[in-house]
Amino acid sequence: MHDKTLSELASALDAGEFSSRELAETLLTRIDRFDGNLNSFISVTPDQALAAADRADAARARGEAGPLTGMPLAIKDLFCTEGVKTSAGSRMLDNFISPYDATVVEKLKAAGTVSLGKTNMDEFAMGSSNENSFYGPVKNPWDTEAVPGGSSGGSAAAVAAGLVPAAMGTDTGGSIRQPAAFCGITGLKPTYGRVSRYGMIAFASSLDQAGPMARTAEDCALLLGAIAGHDLRDSTSVARGVPDYIEELAAPLNGLKIGLPREYFGDGMDPEVEAAVREAVKVYESLGATVREVSLPHTHYAIPAYYVIAPAEASSNLSRFDGVRFGHRCDNPEDLIDLYKRSRAEGFGEEVKRRILIGTHTLSEGFFDAYYKKAQQVRRLIRQDFLDAFEEVDVLMSPASPTPAFDLGARKDPVSMYLQDIYTIAVNLAGIPGISVPAGFSGGRPMGGRPIGLQILGTHFAEARLLNVAHQFQQATDWHRRRPAIAEETL
Amino acid sequence: MALEHTDVLRAAHLARLGLNDDEARHYLEDLGRILSMVDDLQALDTRGVAPLAHPLDATQRLRADEVTETDRREQFQRCAPAVENGLYLVPRVVE
Repeated sequence: MHDKTLSELASALDAGEFSSRELAETLLTRIDRFDGNLNSFISVTPDQALAAADRADAARARGEAGPLTGMPLAIKDLFCTEGVKTSAGSRMLDNFISPYDATVVEKLKAAGTVSLGKTNMDEFAMGSSNENSFYGPVKNPWDTEAVPGGSSGGSAAAVAAGLVPAAMGTDTGGSIRQPAAFCGITGLKPTYGRVSRYGMIAFASSLDQAGPMARTAEDCALLLGAIAGHDLRDSTSVARGVPDYIEELAAPLNGLKIGLPREYFGDGMDPEVEAAVREAVKVYESLGATVREVSLPHTHYAIPAYYVIAPAEASSNLSRFDGVRFGHRCDNPEDLIDLYKRSRAEGFGEEVKRRILIGTHTLSEGFFDAYYKKAQQVRRLIRQDFLDAFEEVDVLMSPASPTPAFDLGARKDPVSMYLQDIYTIAVNLAGIPGISVPAGFSGGRPMGGRPIGLQILGTHFAEARLLNVAHQFQQATDWHRRRPAIAEETL
Repeated sequence: MALEHTDVLRAAHLARLGLNDDEARHYLEDLGRILSMVDDLQALDTRGVAPLAHPLDATQRLRADEVTETDRREQFQRCAPAVENGLYLVPRVVE
């Protein structure tokens, strides 16, 4: 039962093979048994989960079950969840019990899902390896020497290890797509504004976006349909109808125009990763797609622009953690300044401090034009690169990450960690959607190595097309069905 | 634009982030490397390019000026470190 996709679980629940309660109990036992070493959860919430499962079973008995009724999920600990600790992976919020639900959480509850708990993450979503969590690193279920990716590493690891069929993540510079790739699952970052950010603890407000992580594109489609849409409480959410993502999955790919960005296929790309992506592109050609090279000429400037804009927005967003209204407060403050300074020094971890300092510096008097304004101008050029490319092709394909999952502790220098996100970061600057799907393994052995993810990008609001393109690949390949040994273990 | 030790201390003070001299020295090296990567931006000619603040170029919508929130002070103050009579407590500011 732990190995099924959401759509398979729906059939099994409908057929009465097991109840939502039995399903939740089984997965909670698996979490108890296997997560000690993986560390993918920060909080497990069995009482709330079983109560929700009972409500789901009752709804099903009344004939009122929808496609997500009774579906177990995990939620990244960045989404405010009423009555549950919401830490954002930070000591600063270790004592924070959220008094309200994020819109995404509210919608998932309304759809009848059963949240089993909150997943581990890099502190305030700042990181690409999950090593920046106050709660300790998450291990990759394929190889516990490896990182699961970040910042939604707990969500990715929990899905890959068979602890939950799906989880919610957030993506500011690749934080859904890169961990999905490292853990061999499917993860979608929607268009900026497609999903409400209300109740997501803000990192970089012009870049943050929530999205689903699951075993298949079909499951991502199901979840996106439930969480997408306009929200009056998020002024950047877009008032635009939500298509039926499931209905569009079946469209044939005949005539699909694929672009391969010239600037992405070059130095720094691991040869096994490149081989897997080129192999995946061949699969698409066999399905009727055509392939051409395209150019994204400002690619080199994406990481520099991001490391101005994201820390600047972060330094502003994180100023709300003042030790007064919620979160960590230092002992015996001498005065108000001491209260602020010590509470923040004690509450934030090293990477978060680094970004607050960078952001504060670049926004400060005398530096604003040279850094922030310049980065915003470059951001427009980067977006234009994508818009020009999508005049020529329907989708772009690349790896999600230049390498498979690296070893825990291997990237100590922050800049080398930042450069890791070269294929994902520009997507957030442009605001377009992207999906990562399993497309192979490193190590030359189909089962022995670490997963490789294919990233597929589309123009603004092209989620239905991306899900369709990813789904068709999953009908023709079985990379997404491979499971790490831990997921094969039975109770 | 080379970063100085005093720039780090100044940013830390502006961000109300407690940082001693040793920590500032540690961050100086990291921040220097990050800013030198960021300085690549200066090579690009962006004259006449409008800054992009929002990926969809959207503007803020307006709504009617009506009260839509209910008073939930008690609930919100339950997660505060120190409150009394509905007020947040901080060290004395005015002598």
